[in-house]
Amino acid sequence: MNAPQSPGGIEPPAGTTPIVGLAPAEVLIEARHISQRFGAFQALTDISVQFRARHLCAIIGPNGAGKSTFFNILSGSITPSAGSVLFRGQDVTGLAQHEYARRGIAKSFQITNVFKQLSAHENVRVAVQMRHARFDFFNPRSRLAGVAAQAEALLDRVGLASLRHKTAGDLAHGQQRALEVAMALAADPQLLLMDEPTAGMSPEETSVMMDLITRLAAERTVILVEHKMKLVMGICKTLIVLHHGQLLAQGSPDDIRANAEVRRVYLGQG
Amino acid sequence: MNALWQLLARHRVLSVLLFLLIFPLLMPYEALAVNILIFGLYAVGFNLLFGYTGMLSFGHAAFLGVGSYLTGISIVHAHLHWLLAITIGVVSAALVGVLIGHLAIRTRGIYFSMVTLALGQIVYYAFYKAERWTGGENGLRGVTVAAFDVAGLHIDFTNPITKYYVILGFVALALWLVSRILASPFGAVIEAIRENEKRAAACGYDVARSKLLVFVLSATICGLAGSLRALHLSVVPIDSLHYLQSGQAVMMCLLGGMGTFFGPFVGAAVFLYLEDVVTTLTRHWMAVVGAIFMMFILFFPRGIWGSLVARWERQAGSGTASGGESDRTLESVQP
Repeated sequence: MNAPQSPGGIEPPAGTTPIVGLAPAEVLIEARHISQRFGAFQALTDISVQFRARHLCAIIGPNGAGKSTFFNILSGSITPSAGSVLFRGQDVTGLAQHEYARRGIAKSFQITNVFKQLSAHENVRVAVQMRHARFDFFNPRSRLAGVAAQAEALLDRVGLASLRHKTAGDLAHGQQRALEVAMALAADPQLLLMDEPTAGMSPEETSVMMDLITRLAAERTVILVEHKMKLVMGICKTLIVLHHGQLLAQGSPDDIRANAEVRRVYLGQG
Repeated sequence: MNALWQLLARHRVLSVLLFLLIFPLLMPYEALAVNILIFGLYAVGFNLLFGYTGMLSFGHAAFLGVGSYLTGISIVHAHLHWLLAITIGVVSAALVGVLIGHLAIRTRGIYFSMVTLALGQIVYYAFYKAERWTGGENGLRGVTVAAFDVAGLHIDFTNPITKYYVILGFVALALWLVSRILASPFGAVIEAIRENEKRAAACGYDVARSKLLVFVLSATICGLAGSLRALHLSVVPIDSLHYLQSGQAVMMCLLGGMGTFFGPFVGAAVFLYLEDVVTTLTRHWMAVVGAIFMMFILFFPRGIWGSLVARWERQAGSGTASGGESDRTLESVQP
């Protein structure tokens, strides 16, 4: 693939100019003319965005901007009313959820989704197992080489190694979210989508999570949906601002900070 | 205690087999022991779907009944060898499982239960009406297997104790298969689906296909139970397909402990033994069942075996430094 951008590299200068016209190899996922209606409600209107590979990007916007809807479309939970999603140049619009996962798109949900009655280790082990066996109902899973070890390594990565035997449902909120990240990483995805990864977290948990995200983004593409603009300003290379279901602005944090429209929307919100 | 527990958990099929070998001695008469074997297997098959995948089917009588009827018809009308007849019964139940499963897995929760119930009733009605083949209301009579030779041994199938051990052979094989399923990668997938379908899909598992596979596996096991029942009773009563039979599987699982390996078997044994005792005392067996069922739901939601497992695990857990931790880790084979 393309060489990763050096940190702090030169960003496209123009204020709110969309980063269109990237070389195809640089684009990991792309939304083309996405629109979404729910009954009479137009949630998204004609959104076209290209996401650069190995970038940390955040989708921000005030409440009701359509962030989660856009996230759900990118991650394959919703098939858009119009438009298409291209992953590595291939149209993936309307594919089943598990197809997204197998192609390398992983996600963590806004509301924590873990296997609550299973141990932390088993949660991650099942996620890792996907790449080894899915329908084998005869051979012992304990014989799958390396799966358990990989699960251990992932737990260690997100700081849950010491809690591996704990039942997932008994973990603290922040730990459950970290567990979900470990599960999302299990398939070694090229793209990690995270819907408000710090929702409901204490300030300490938030900073731990943001550190983790920064580290993850060093080796793969991460797209965050975030309500709190301050949180992502420091760590993202690119920001996409949605407002009333439309693409309001897109660019580096500096561009966004300088953008009059964005300031009006965010300040108007208080 | 802990060591014994570990041993039991690791060799769960062997333990249950050892117990079942001496089981007829504990029962008032052999026919009851055979009945418990058959319904134990039926409940184990049902538990695969209900306890492990979290899908409550109210139509499993269809598989018990189809297994019974097709085995019976193969013997009565086609005069086939009994082994072939069992094979036909099991395969037919699996095929009906594909059909019903295919339609039912599109729905979830209560809708899944209702769809399986409705489809099960359709099967009931079809067999009820096909009187020429099934004997309709009177059931199918004359499913007799008298005696046969296996590896030079003359086996008299009319002898109840011999019959018990022949049927035990099939049940043991099926239990071994179920144990393999639960310890397999797929066994982990169905538990993941029970815990959180959305997450299982996001992990890359095809939830619909996994559900269909476990549905068919469950139907196959229940079909085998049905086939064996036809041989045991020598008749196939129409109530094999009745929805009460589906309800019985639910009760046996809840009574014994859903989502545990031995639980459904324990549930079936307790249920049938009580039925046997209580019906000699009063005609109102169903009222007693109702009371027992309510008591378990209210006070022992884990069931008999499930409560024992939980207790032993607590004791085992407090023995180590890591008290209160979950035992359901990688090698966790639950008895």
